[in-house]
Amino acid sequence: MPPVSLSNEKQKDYRSNSLWRLTLRRILRQRNAVLGLIILTFLLLMAVFADVIAPYAPEQVLIGLEEGIKKRQDPCIHLFGCPKDQPQHLMGIDGNVRDQFSRVVHGSRISLMIGFTTIGFAIIMGTILGAISGFFGGWVDNLIMRILDVLMAFPSLLLAITIVSVLGPGLQNALLAIAIVTIPVYARVVRGSVLSIKEMPYVAASRALGGNSFHILINRVLPNAIPPLIVTGTLGIGTAILDAAALSFLGLGAQPPMPEWGTMLGSERNQVFTAPHLVFYPGIAIMLTVLSFNLLGDGLRDAIDPRLGQSQN
Amino acid sequence: MIQYTIRRLILVIPVLLGILIVTFALARMIPGEPCKAMLGEKATPEVCERFNVRYGFDKPITTQFGIYLRDILSGDFGQSIRFSRPVTIILIERLPLTLELGSIALLIAISIGIPAGILSAVKRNSFWDVFTMIGANIGVSMPVYWLGLMLQFAFAILLKDTFLQLPPSGRLAPGLAAIPFYEVWGWEFAKETFGYHFLEFFSNFYIFNSLITGDWKLFGDAIKHMIMPAMALSTIPLAIIARMTRSSMLEVMKQDYIRTARSKGLKQNKVIFKHAFRNALLPVVTIIGLQVGTIFAGAVLTESIFGLAGVGRILFEAITARDYPIIQAFTVVIAAGYVFINLIVDLSYVFIDPRIRLE
Repeated sequence: MPPVSLSNEKQKDYRSNSLWRLTLRRILRQRNAVLGLIILTFLLLMAVFADVIAPYAPEQVLIGLEEGIKKRQDPCIHLFGCPKDQPQHLMGIDGNVRDQFSRVVHGSRISLMIGFTTIGFAIIMGTILGAISGFFGGWVDNLIMRILDVLMAFPSLLLAITIVSVLGPGLQNALLAIAIVTIPVYARVVRGSVLSIKEMPYVAASRALGGNSFHILINRVLPNAIPPLIVTGTLGIGTAILDAAALSFLGLGAQPPMPEWGTMLGSERNQVFTAPHLVFYPGIAIMLTVLSFNLLGDGLRDAIDPRLGQSQN
Repeated sequence: MIQYTIRRLILVIPVLLGILIVTFALARMIPGEPCKAMLGEKATPEVCERFNVRYGFDKPITTQFGIYLRDILSGDFGQSIRFSRPVTIILIERLPLTLELGSIALLIAISIGIPAGILSAVKRNSFWDVFTMIGANIGVSMPVYWLGLMLQFAFAILLKDTFLQLPPSGRLAPGLAAIPFYEVWGWEFAKETFGYHFLEFFSNFYIFNSLITGDWKLFGDAIKHMIMPAMALSTIPLAIIARMTRSSMLEVMKQDYIRTARSKGLKQNKVIFKHAFRNALLPVVTIIGLQVGTIFAGAVLTESIFGLAGVGRILFEAITARDYPIIQAFTVVIAAGYVFINLIVDLSYVFIDPRIRLE
């Protein structure tokens, strides 16, 4: 039996209609997005294969395992002239005699997890609030928006600090605080989209066909409100990681011995003059991660919805 | 205009009330009894009873909020638990440093960010444009505290004994002290009066104080100590302002009136500054107002790194000591300041763009 295939014309039609393919092609045309994707892929691989890449467990103390090892020892890289008989420590040894490189590698898991969970939570809550607000309008809209206005009146990191100081320090509370302070951003984005989408003819058509409000909101309005949310969310992940690291740096987020980059920076901050490598690498790791999300977000914005604003290109 | 200003001021009241409700509610959300949370080991039943009566915790929640509101309106933020002093006095001592640091940081961000953004837009896709935008992207992604630590290492260790060496921390060199201008001028004041605290507040702006008293040595030293923290604090706002200026300028430069201005034979500079920049200014001013929040929050991190005894550092200390009156008061003051600055930004729109008819 000959293989079943679509005619050339139909195939072309199918391809050009594939929204995903089109979007992907547009994204790949953005230099920023490609660079962001490359860095992010690298970080994701690092997080997935952390156990294979890191020579030691992140919390393993090396006293007794290696002779003559001292705390806050400088990096030892064979390629750069470190004696071959000494074990290699690419980023040196930290204040508790642990391999800094292994900790930085494992830190990628925590930071990516922080970024995705906080923004995921904020997007879900923001979408619910924004959709209700925009779709139903009236006093519900007024009430929700005024509450969110008050939350937005605080500088976000400051409000997060205050919330954590009340809830008590810890990674979970820090994540919750960051998610709470970012909810208004997503609620506003969704509300804005919903307000314009609900006036579209296809929504009116759906209503004329007898669809109830809930059905229209879920099946007609929300799917079309997603693109700006993806862009804002991608940019938001970078900020969330930055804020979470700041909270950990202040001792309010992840607690030692967890290999979180902000915590690592915070616990060695007083050693910057004597062991700068302990401060340098976790900072670079935070910066690269945030940078990758920012670049990707900018690129996505240009690719998905050029009306949202212009970025680099 | 006056009518509009008054209307905007009235609209700010619900937001301020909201801020007070949020901070009040947050302080009441502390798990367990407030007395035990605040006093820790010292909280015996008798002490707690006295504590509850003193701070009104034995009254209904609405009455408590009423007391809280009344106290704040009369400028009383309560007593700090850690320092056993009125929070208002601590604010008078510490706020000037943060305002000084924040203003310098904002000044750096604006004076570098706007020209960089304009140049980037005018010379689009040139080496300068690519360089600025890469710099801006890195700037937004950099943790403030990390940059602060790296600057300390660079300027205090790597550049030691060169003319670029900067003091790693503190506000003044050891041995130097700022003499308040009212003492220099021999003004006599009874301590603990409103007038005294008012003048004390202004004398705590060391740069301003040394400038008006003509103490140049102190002035130079205070500036030197401010450079690094202000540089660290200004990075993110600078990057954001540069990006916004660039995109806003690019948008305006596409307009027909720019082409008309060019075809009239106007000089490039005149087209850029008079025709393009003035019209591109609105979103830039909006973003500058929003950056004040970033600067206040960044001050908590920067001050704790550079050993500066400002609002940010004491907030950090208060958090570790669970000193809720301080946390509450400082959050209210900073949030209110943020709201007012953005109100001023809103009001400035009329001057920037006369087409905006505010009535």
